[in-house]
Parts: sequence; structure tokens; C-alpha cells
Amino acid sequence: MATILVLAEQHGGKLTRATLSAVTAARQLAQIVGGGFDIALAGTGLDAVAAALTPYGAGAVHQLEHEALAGYTAQAYAQAFASAAKATGAQYVVAAATSNGKDTTPRVAARLGAGMASDVVALSAHGGGVAYKRPMWAGNVLGHVKINTAVQVVTVRPTEFPVAEASGGASPIQKSAASVDAGSLRMKYVGLDKVESSRPELTDASVVISGGRGLKEASNFKLVEKLADTLGGAVGASRAVVDAGWVPNDWQVGQTGKVVAPKLYVAVGISGAIQHLAGMKGSKTIVAINKDAEAPIFQVADYGLVSDLFGVMPELTEKLASRKG
Amino acid sequence: MKILVTAKRVTDPDSKIQLKPDRSGINLDNVDFKMNPFCEIAVEAALQLVDAAGDGETVVVAIGDSDATKEIRTAMAMGCDRGILVEADEAQLDSDAVARVLAAICVKEKPDVVLLGKQAIDGDSNQVGQLLAEYLGWPQATFAYKIALNGTSGATVQREVDGGVETISLSFPAVITTDLRLNEPRYASLPGIMKAKKKPLEETTASALGVDLSLKVESIGFEPPPARKAGVKVKTVDELIEKLAGEAKVI
Ligand SMILES: Cc1cc2nc3c(=O)[nH]c(=O)nc-3n(C[C@H](O)[C@H](O)[C@H](O)COP(=O)(O)OP(=O)(O)OC[C@H]3O[C@@H](n4cnc5c(N)ncnc54)[C@H](O)[C@@H]3O)c2cc1C
Ligand SMILES: Nc1ncnc2c1ncn2[C@@H]1O[C@H](COP(=O)(O)O)[C@@H](O)[C@H]1O
Repeated sequence: MATILVLAEQHGGKLTRATLSAVTAARQLAQIVGGGFDIALAGTGLDAVAAALTPYGAGAVHQLEHEALAGYTAQAYAQAFASAAKATGAQYVVAAATSNGKDTTPRVAARLGAGMASDVVALSAHGGGVAYKRPMWAGNVLGHVKINTAVQVVTVRPTEFPVAEASGGASPIQKSAASVDAGSLRMKYVGLDKVESSRPELTDASVVISGGRGLKEASNFKLVEKLADTLGGAVGASRAVVDAGWVPNDWQVGQTGKVVAPKLYVAVGISGAIQHLAGMKGSKTIVAINKDAEAPIFQVADYGLVSDLFGVMPELTEKLASRKG
Repeated sequence: MKILVTAKRVTDPDSKIQLKPDRSGINLDNVDFKMNPFCEIAVEAALQLVDAAGDGETVVVAIGDSDATKEIRTAMAMGCDRGILVEADEAQLDSDAVARVLAAICVKEKPDVVLLGKQAIDGDSNQVGQLLAEYLGWPQATFAYKIALNGTSGATVQREVDGGVETISLSFPAVITTDLRLNEPRYASLPGIMKAKKKPLEETTASALGVDLSLKVESIGFEPPPARKAGVKVKTVDELIEKLAGEAKVI
């Protein structure tokens, strides 16, 4: 009987979809090592989120509340999650590799004396245990690692584990005070300057249109946004244009930004540096629009249009809009 | 204010990394090495924080083979005051071992702030700063985008997170990891490079620091990523739309 604990992520009482990718990874892990999984949820005012987590087949949903968890901080959340892992006797701890997941999970591992594999893309059986596959060197190499400690901690890349479907049933909710030593905390959440958008989340969208330096200046980025809106897609960007301040930081796609895997990815005026490819080459269909026929983006594009984007983008957007009627 | 900052030696981000034909490891022929770009940003941040604080010291640490001396000298040429090289075989390190080595150095050096990169661009683990903070029981600000000192006792840090920019405040001693937009690292000047040659560089080992290097995470093999075949070039917008609707069925 192996016990697996999924660390759920919520923001202001809303569950993240990435949590359901972690649930899928936990189900796969249970197939390999046997046993089942529990889910731990930390924060305040969690009744609704806990209820939302009950139909996924978890042995229990541990609802851990504490006023010190009202605003997210890695220090407090790591304490709450690590205590839950100890209390449940978890041998495997799984979280999604989101910005919060990346921030807290190593601290959980440290508290558990556990080895940790980050950003895992596949799990397999290995000598009675588990081998974890993970991208390294901007995805130019896939490494296989094993973890030598009794407790093993992983974050999983959401694009590689589909969102779990509800499996019916109702997991019991176990509500308790989170174990947090408030006196030990020396960090405080101040606030989130949120990028408001009516578009789908970049990491969940089935269509992503990304723009790069080829757009020349910030005001031209609307060519990318218009196409995205016509297709109901999300907007992404290369590092170059994020650094230039044309678009918000969290639109960056790549090795050190977001990883996306939509059905359709359109790269507009993006050269295709390895760091950018690392974040999008898992997309189903890739389109590149670039005036340089030698641009590396064409090496991964299913359809390449060697052309000036300023001519092509308005035409493409208009024709797609009229197709939709 | 005293700052400890890291300078990991990594493969040049612009080199094309490939597996050896027998898949036993990375083919390092014709690959250049340099300081991890996120560490360059950390070094710049360390120098700016000491400037902002009015005075202080910056100590740069690298864990790796003796070639990593080059990255330590580069950081000293940028302005760090002294260096520590912890000699270790790169193949015998995981993020946890690096974090425990750094924790042992922090116990000795007692910095107010440790600045690291958010990730090393070779292993892409994104763990060391967080592990270090927990081992020390310190607060952390990962993915730092802006750092503003609150006197000498703490800082308010803006962080790049999913959905926007988060602000947190923390009190020192603390760990901060850098994101891309924190600053633009300075280049080492010629006088800086000359001065760096004379700055003190201490060499030590994990065992001298009392750190056991047994691996918690161990590599058991590599594979190349799935190949994506280059597709076709289309000539017109109409042809593109036809392909997307007909062949790819994505619109
Ligand atoms: C540590 C590190 C981390 C990084 N992380 C990331 C990351 O996560 N994501 C990321 O994207 N990058 C990342 N980068 C940066 C990456 O190396 C590239 O510099 C960046 O992706 C380039 O952005 P770009 O393609 O927009 O710009 P460029 O490389 O300048 O390409 C612009 C393209 O536009 C084309 N173009 C110009 N005018 C037109 C026109 N009128 N019509 C059509 N095409 C046109 C050009 O032919 C060119 O191919 C990272 C780099 C480092 C060192
Ligand atoms: N061998 C090393 N020497 C010095 N610093 C390191 C080393 N390995 C990792 N680091 C630091 O830890 C950060 C995160 O590394 P990682 O968790 O391995 O991605 C890097 O950006 C460096 O700042």
C-alpha cells in the first residue's frame, strides 16, 4: 500500500485546473506502485474547493485551514503541506509545476528529507519503484531519474498530464487546523497585481497566438491579439517582447516562462530560439509566420508562411473572421 | 549588509545541446561554458543591493570542478569582493546537495541575503533556492522581478507568478531567486578583471564543510526529445487556412 498525497492549489477559493493534472499523475503513480491517493488542500475559507475535490477518487480530501494561510507564502504553505504528508504517511507527494508549485514544493521536500524531481513529464515503473522523466537543457534532452529517499516528491508539467475527469463517488473531507508555526514565519503576502483578461488561460487554451520582436513595436502587438480573439485563443510572447515591456511578464512562453501545448500554436515574428521552442514544441499543430525562410521556427512548424507579417496578419484575421460568419 | 551570491558554471545557453550517440550523457565537444544567466542577474542584484544599503560585502560561491573558478573570477570582476569554490564532481551533485553545501556556508558566513538564480539552465530544476531557504528556516522570494530594501532589516519583493506580479515582504536573513526582468547584468570592465585576479578565493570541499554528498536524486539515463518533423511551406494565407481547416482540422 503506497500512499500518495496530491498538493492541491487554490487561489482565493478557486481550484486551479493544474491541480487536476496532478491528480492524473497521482492516478498513474497509483497504477505503478499500488495503493491510492489523498488530496491536501491548504488555505482559508476552503469549504467550496474541498467539495469540488471530492469526486476524483481520493481516499480523503484533507482540508487544512489556518489564518496564517490567508495570503499565500511558501514558508507557511510548506509547513502545512509537509505536516499533512507526515500525518498521512505519504510516500509520494505530487504537485503541479505552476509558479506556486515550483515555489513551495522544494520546501516541502526539504521538510520531509525527501528527494525531489521537478517538472516531470512521464512516470514509469523502474525496479520496484518509479522512474521520472523530465526535460533538461531547455528540452533538448530528456533525463530519467530515480529518487533514493523513502519519501519522493515531484512536480508534474500540467501539459503532459491531462486534467482528471471526475470518477464519481465522494471522498470524505477531513477538516483540521493546518499545522503552521506562525511565530517562525518571516514573510508576508502583500498582494497580486493581476493581469486581467477575458481570454482563456495561456496554459489551458486550445489556441495560442504568440508574437515576437518581428512585430517591431508594442502597438503592433494588437495584430496578434486580434487574431487570438478571432479564434477565441490566448496570447503568448517571446522573451524579447516581454523584456521590452510590450506585454505582461506572464505571457512569456519558453524554457523559463510558460509551457503550452495547444491544438494550434501560431508564432508571429518569432525566430524560434531553443528557449522559446522549449515552451511550445509540444503543440499539436504549429504555424510560423516569419519573413526569414531560414528562421529556426520553421524546423518545428507544420505550416510555415515565409512572408511579411504586416501584410499577412490582417488578411489572415479577416478571412478567419468571415469564415466564422 | 552581507550578501552571498552563486555563480554556477553551465553550458552556454546558445549552444545546441545533444546526447552522445550512445545516450550515456551530453556531448560536450565544441560546447562553451559560462555563468548561468540567472546567476549573472543575481550577481548584479547583489551589487545593486549593497550599493543601495550604503555598504556591505558580496561573497560569490560556486560548487563544481576547478574550471568554475572562471565564473567566480567573472563575478569578482563584476564587483563581488571574494569567492568560495567548493570543489565537487558535477555528476555527483543534485539540487539538494548544492542546497546543503550552501546552507553549511551560510552557517559560517551569516549573510543577510542569499541571491541565486531561479533555475540553472542546464538541469532546469528550479529547486536550490527553495531548499536552501527551508534548510535554514528562512523566508524566500523566488522569481524576483523587483527588490526594494526596507532599511537593512528586510525587503519588499515583486515576483513573476502565474497571472501577474505578486508582492511579498520578508525580513532578513532571506533567500531571493532571480527572474529575467530583475536587471541587466553589467559587463566586467578591464580594471575589474585586473582587480578580480587579486581578490581572495577560498577553496574548500563538501566534506570539509561537513556535508554528505550522497545523492537523493540520481540519473538513470537519457533520451533525445521526440523529433518534430519540419512541415510544409505554404505560399498564401488562403492555402494556410485550407490546411488548417482541412488537413489539421484545428479551425
Ligand atoms: C536564460 C535565458 C532564458 C530564456 N528564456 C526564454 C523563454 O522562456 N522564452 C523565450 O521566448 N525566449 C527566451 N530566451 C530568449 C531567446 O534566446 C531569444 O532571444 C528570444 O526568444 C528571441 O525572441 P524573438 O524570436 O521575438 O526575437 P528575434 O530572435 O529577434 O526574432 C524576431 C523574428 O522576427 C522576424 N521578423 C522580423 N520582421 C518581420 C516581419 N516584418 N514579418 C515577419 N517576420 C519578421 C525575424 O525574421 C526574426 O526571425 C531566453 C534566453 C536566455 C539566455
Ligand atoms: N553547482 C552550483 N554552484 C553554484 N550555484 C548553484 C549550483 N547549482 C545550482 N546553483 C544555484 O541554484 C540555482 C537553482 O538551481 P537549480 O535548482 O539546480 O535549477 C541556480 O540558478 C544557481 O544560482
